[in-house]
Amino acid sequence: MLPAAAIAWKYVLAGTPEQSPNYTTDEHWWSMLIDIPKCIGCGNCVRACQAENDVPDGNFRTWVERYHVDDWKMENPEVISPDGGKEGFPAATDESGKYFFVPKMCNHCADSPCTQVCPVGATFITPDGVVLVDQTYCLGCAYCVQACPYGCRYIHPTKKVADKCTLCYHRITKGLTTACCESCPTGARQLADLKNPNDPIHEFLKTHEVQILKPQMATGAKVFYNELDGSVR
Amino acid sequence: MINLKDTGHLFRFALLFVIAFVVFLIIRHFVVPKSFGEYGHYRGAAITEIAARPIHFAGHEACEACHIDVLDVKKTGKHAGVHCEACHGPLADHANDPSIVPAKLDTAVLCVRCHAASAAKPKGFPQVAAADHSNGLPCETCHQPHSPGLVPATAPGGAK
Repeated sequence: MLPAAAIAWKYVLAGTPEQSPNYTTDEHWWSMLIDIPKCIGCGNCVRACQAENDVPDGNFRTWVERYHVDDWKMENPEVISPDGGKEGFPAATDESGKYFFVPKMCNHCADSPCTQVCPVGATFITPDGVVLVDQTYCLGCAYCVQACPYGCRYIHPTKKVADKCTLCYHRITKGLTTACCESCPTGARQLADLKNPNDPIHEFLKTHEVQILKPQMATGAKVFYNELDGSVR
Repeated sequence: MINLKDTGHLFRFALLFVIAFVVFLIIRHFVVPKSFGEYGHYRGAAITEIAARPIHFAGHEACEACHIDVLDVKKTGKHAGVHCEACHGPLADHANDPSIVPAKLDTAVLCVRCHAASAAKPKGFPQVAAADHSNGLPCETCHQPHSPGLVPATAPGGAK
């Protein structure tokens, strides 16, 4: 049997990707797993996202932060993200303390503050769990930009409407993975379908120490971080 | 019997309400998009519009359908898990029309993107200080990018 991606690819080539079969929104609940010990801070995901989604320079749908937690400043780690980590990071020479990279993106919250504040119904969560913006309906009031506790939204500089990660909705509905997962060389990012009983995410969540960002905000975030350090905000 | 003599003003008022409501419904019919409310308080058609955006990364399955020889070299090496477009960049156009030939890659830029030494990288990840490591020679002098372990120059797919 052909993999779903190969079947969908025929329709992509034919210029009618929306006709790809085998996709029912009710059968999926998308999330992402980010394996922090695997991230090397190469910036491939940031570049891939910009290429796939025509993200304007200076705005980011995903970006990578480098943390340096020194022994004596746990509460105040040094965090850098030069140009979103798009061109990688300067070499670190200070061997003391602990370094790690944290790729960030929209958490596709099940109970998202951003969709709740939209006054016109231009942003919403799809039946398969992806938070999207209807840019033909958005007024550009930026309430959602303020409401997102993770800073994942921006106002598009030329379209003047809210823009954000779509979890590559145009790809995942055709059996492909997201551009950031496709281009991650170490497998630090994995697209996961929580409604698919055969998805390896279930076993991973059971056997690893997995956290979400800002759990105290009860957003129902669906981007899971393996071995997340307590200093990450 | 109820006396309706002095109630005309109430009926006129009610009629005004009915007319206003009908006008509201007519305006609403034209202003609110057809699919609004199909799944929730948003335009349902937006989902299919967003799903129809163009693809730039073909996905490694599409590459492997033709480039079986590369897959064979890759699958036993350290780069088995690195998908094609991680280094080659988005190539849906090439997958769509193989006559579009992708640009030649520069290993001097690509390899160090991941493998430049930095104290911040995970300790087990192979890293080199490029200047000291290769003495200025290009990486592919010794390493074949699809299977980067050091191999004899005569091995298939090995360094030339």
